[in-house]
Formats: sequence, structure tokens, C-alpha cells
Amino acid sequence: MRWRLALLAAAALAAPLLVQGSFYHRVLALILLVAISASAWNILGGYAGQVSFGHAMFFGAGAYMPALVYSQWHAAPALGVPLGVAVSLGIAAVLGVPTFRLQGHYFSMATIAVAELIRILVGNWRLLGAAVGLQGPATGRTLWDLTFRGSVSYYYIFLGVLAALLGITAAMERSRMGYYLRAIRSGERAARSLGVPARRYKLYALFLSAAFTALAGSLYLVMIGFVDPDSGLGILVSVQMVIVAALGGAGTLFGPLLGAAILIPLQQTGNVLFGGGGTGATYIFYGGIIIVLSLFEPGGLLAIWRERLAPLGGRWAGRPKGLRRAA
Amino acid sequence: MIVALQVVVGGLLLGAVYALFSSGLTLIWGMMNVVNFAHGDFVMAGMYLAFLAVVWLRAGPAVFTGVAAALLFLFGTAVYYGLVRRVMRGPVLSQILSTFGLALLLRYSAFWIFSANFVTLPTVALSGTVHLGPVVVGTAQLVAGGAALLLTAGMHRLLTATALGSQILAVAEDRQAAMLMGIRPDRMQALAWGLAAAAAGIAGALIATFYYISPTVGESLAIIAFVVVAFGGFGSVPGAMVAGLLIGLIEATSAFYIGPVYKDVVVYALFVAILWVRPQGLMGARL
Repeated sequence: MRWRLALLAAAALAAPLLVQGSFYHRVLALILLVAISASAWNILGGYAGQVSFGHAMFFGAGAYMPALVYSQWHAAPALGVPLGVAVSLGIAAVLGVPTFRLQGHYFSMATIAVAELIRILVGNWRLLGAAVGLQGPATGRTLWDLTFRGSVSYYYIFLGVLAALLGITAAMERSRMGYYLRAIRSGERAARSLGVPARRYKLYALFLSAAFTALAGSLYLVMIGFVDPDSGLGILVSVQMVIVAALGGAGTLFGPLLGAAILIPLQQTGNVLFGGGGTGATYIFYGGIIIVLSLFEPGGLLAIWRERLAPLGGRWAGRPKGLRRAA
Repeated sequence: MIVALQVVVGGLLLGAVYALFSSGLTLIWGMMNVVNFAHGDFVMAGMYLAFLAVVWLRAGPAVFTGVAAALLFLFGTAVYYGLVRRVMRGPVLSQILSTFGLALLLRYSAFWIFSANFVTLPTVALSGTVHLGPVVVGTAQLVAGGAALLLTAGMHRLLTATALGSQILAVAEDRQAAMLMGIRPDRMQALAWGLAAAAAGIAGALIATFYYISPTVGESLAIIAFVVVAFGGFGSVPGAMVAGLLIGLIEATSAFYIGPVYKDVVVYALFVAILWVRPQGLMGARL
């Protein structure tokens, strides 16, 4: 397992050097960015089984605060990052405290409504640019503006954040919290009867998830340099996190990264081929993917690999050398 | 004063339509504890079906509403047999993702076919206005509101006063026991999905005459249905009726007194407030 991890890390570090061209560098950076937001969603939606369709509200908080800091005081957007995380945690508290008293689908329904509420409010709020949105610095004044030419610098920043997030998730997976969350996911009532403080741990998962989703939003802003209500807070922002995580494998460490590595190149090539007209087709395809997953393999691609393909490989790999030669 | 009365009547008439499609959502929720995230998009489908029936067949209001009802009923049962029945006993993640995936599929298929532009129904028989004392109401609104109210009441009566309704409620109460009484739970649940989808389809066809039609209209309608169901109590059709009227009223008055942009904000904020204060709904009786 350890050598596989080292191989993955080496491949991730070397990827922008091996592939040339600004389009490919941009796709690589976007894969990591989407993997960060989907991995953040995964903590709550995957491990704890609380499916949110409104994570755009945290993403938007993270994207808007750095842009606000820049547009109001011409300060470095990086200063707005902690602010974005703080706002995101505040929203998470308002949302999570009441809805986690209830079980099942209430949380999913509430997330849709609250995200829409925030999108409409921001879309009419002059300070936040209303429907037009806010811009970050066009050219970097100092390194703190985090405005670079080309996507390679962003790629390595994103890689660092993703590594930290996956490290925290891996630690959580093996800690008491990881076991509690999985117990909650497989049956909250049963978990509670065994003494799991379900409500408290769901809130912890929500806070961790919201904080990193906000961070992903901030990273989005520094790379794209622009946010408006649709690109920062629209339901499709949330949908992307759900689909990427679910396709790769919700509740697995590397599932969201796998999902992003598959979907983002497809989506970017689609955009190049079809232009804006591909939007409808993209989301029809996304809807189809989730329906198929929910019918046949809710665990996503990693579950298919683990349960169906890996055992086959294991049987061949595990066969003694002499026998293989004889056969 | 007359303006205020005008706003109230308009709000109640739209609220009656909200009540109709929300009663479908609450029926499914109360019966099998499944939330249909595509419910708003069923309403959207009803709107476009009405639009197509008018454009292609030059259909009148009764015909296009009937077409929407029949097709959505079939679609609802198909969704039950093809999708919901298979995920119902699976993990919660599957249940939530399945209908949400369906919502995306419907929404963006409509986007693909009809483009993102809003359409409105060509002028049909229901144009014109009616004077109710001092209040002037569009004929379309009046017909839609009245029909919606009757149909919601009819849905309640079907569930509580007929043998078929008793069978549906029996399955909702206890699937196993219902089976021992010779009721086929699968059929009843498929019927409930058909009824719920038909209610959404009729509601869509009814408001198509005066509401804007767009592929993404289902999103805000779905949230309205969530609010109505949370307000009226999960699984209660009379609750949905009262709550639907109330939400229509609140929406209309806040659009008038605060500003049209904020009508959704008020309703959505109300949803969060309900979850904080009274999570089981105002009339929290189960179906």
C-alpha cells in the first residue's frame, strides 16, 4: 500500500512536467481543485452519509470573501481566506444545529433551500457585486495576491491543499471519529443506541467539510479571478461535488480524486468541442451517471474495483510462481 | 385596501396550486419515507406538456390538463417500478441520489430540447378577467386555483373515503400487515407514485397558462413543495392544503410589501425557521 501511495505522489508531482501545453496544465489544476471540494463534501456526504446538495454555500463563502477583501480595501485576497472559512462555519452552525436533530432526508432538503436563499440574497446585495459578481486582482502585485500566469503554480498550491485534506481525512478515518461517522451512516438510531453521540459528530463532520469547501472556493477565486452568484453559489456547483465524489466512491479516501480525474477532462474537452451548448448535455449525462450508480453500485468506481475486479487480480497475483509457469 | 385584497386573493389562488403538487410529495413521503427530489421537475414536465399540447394539438385547457395528468401518471408509475422500488431498501445515499439524478435528467433534457428561454402559452380560452366584487382576477388564475383546491380535496377524499385509499393507507401503515390482508404493496406504492406525479402534472398544466415556463422552474417549485410539506406535517394531505394556501399568501404579500425579488427569500427563510422551531411541522399528524 505504501509504495502505491509513493507512486501516486510522484505521479502527481511530475504530472505538469510530463504534459505540456497550457490547456492540459489548466485541466490538471482543475482536476485537483474539484478533487479538493469533492473530498471536502465527502467527509460529510460520504463518511457520515449526510447528503448535502447545498455545499455551494460554503464554496461561495470561500470565493466571495477574498474577492470582497480585494474589492473593498484592495488588500491581498489571501487575507479573505480565513474570513471565508469563518463565514462558512457560521452558516454551517445555523444549518446543522436544527437539521441534525432530525434524521434522513431533512438535511438534504434544507441544504437545497438554504443554498438557494443565499444565492438570491447575494444576487441582490450591492456590496457583493449583486448579479454581476466580484473580481480578484487581474495581475499580481505581490506574491500575496496569488495571481500567476499559467496554471502550474496553481497546480502545486492545490496539490499541497489536497494532500493536507486527504491526510486529515485519512487520520479521521482511523480515529474514533471515523468509526462513529461510519456507524451513523449505516444506521443512526442503532449508532445512538450504542452510545455514539450522533448529533455532535455529524456537526464536527459538517464543520470540517464546510471549512475545506470554503478553502476550495477561495482557491477557485484566486485561480479564476472572478465569482458571480451562479459560478460561486449555484446549485450546479454543489451538484458537481456530489457527482465527482459519488462516481469515484463516496466515503472512500481517494474516490473524489478518481472521480475528478475522470469527469473534469471529459467536461473540459466537451466544453471545447460543443462550446456553451454542451451545458445541457453535460448535466443530462451527470443525471444519468447518478441514477445508474444509485441503482447498481452506490459505492462508486472504487467499490466496483474492490469488490469485483481486485479479487480477480488478487487470485492471479497470489498464485505461486511455479504454478503460473506450469499453466 | 382593495389592492391588499387583490394581493391576498392572488396569493391564495396560487397557493391552491402549491397545495396540489405538494400533496403529491407528502403522499409519497408519508407512505414510504422517500423524498422525491424530482417533484418540482414533474411540475415542469406538466407545464411543457401543456405547452406542446397547445402548440401541436391546439388543445383547450381541459384537454391539455388531461394529457399532462395521464402522461405524468404513467411516468410516475414507471419511475416507481424502474427506479424507486429498486433503491427503496438500499442505502440512504442511493435513495437520495436516485431521485436527484432524475431531477437533473429531466431538467437538462428540457434545457436541451426547449433551450433556456422562457416560454409562455399562446393565448387560449382562459384569457380575460373576472370581477369578484371589488377584486379583479385573471380567469386562468381563478380556474387554476379552483380546480387545484377541488383536486386536493379529492385526493384527501380518495385516501380517506374509498376502498382504494384505505389500501394505500394500509400499506403506508404497515407493509407486512397489508400484505397479509391480501393487498399488494407494490401496486399501491406504484399507484401512489402515479397519483403524486399526476397531481404535479395537473398543477403544472394549470399554472402554465399564467406562469413563466422554463427548464429550471422545477428547482424553486421543489423547494416550495418542501416548505409546504414541512409546514403541513410530513405525510398529511390536509396539512399540505392549509400550508400551501398559507405559503401562497405569504409569498404574495411579501412580494408586494418587500419586493418581488425577496418573495422566495421569505419563503425559504420560513423553511429554516420551521426546522428550528417545529421540525415535525405545524400540523404534525402523520398520514
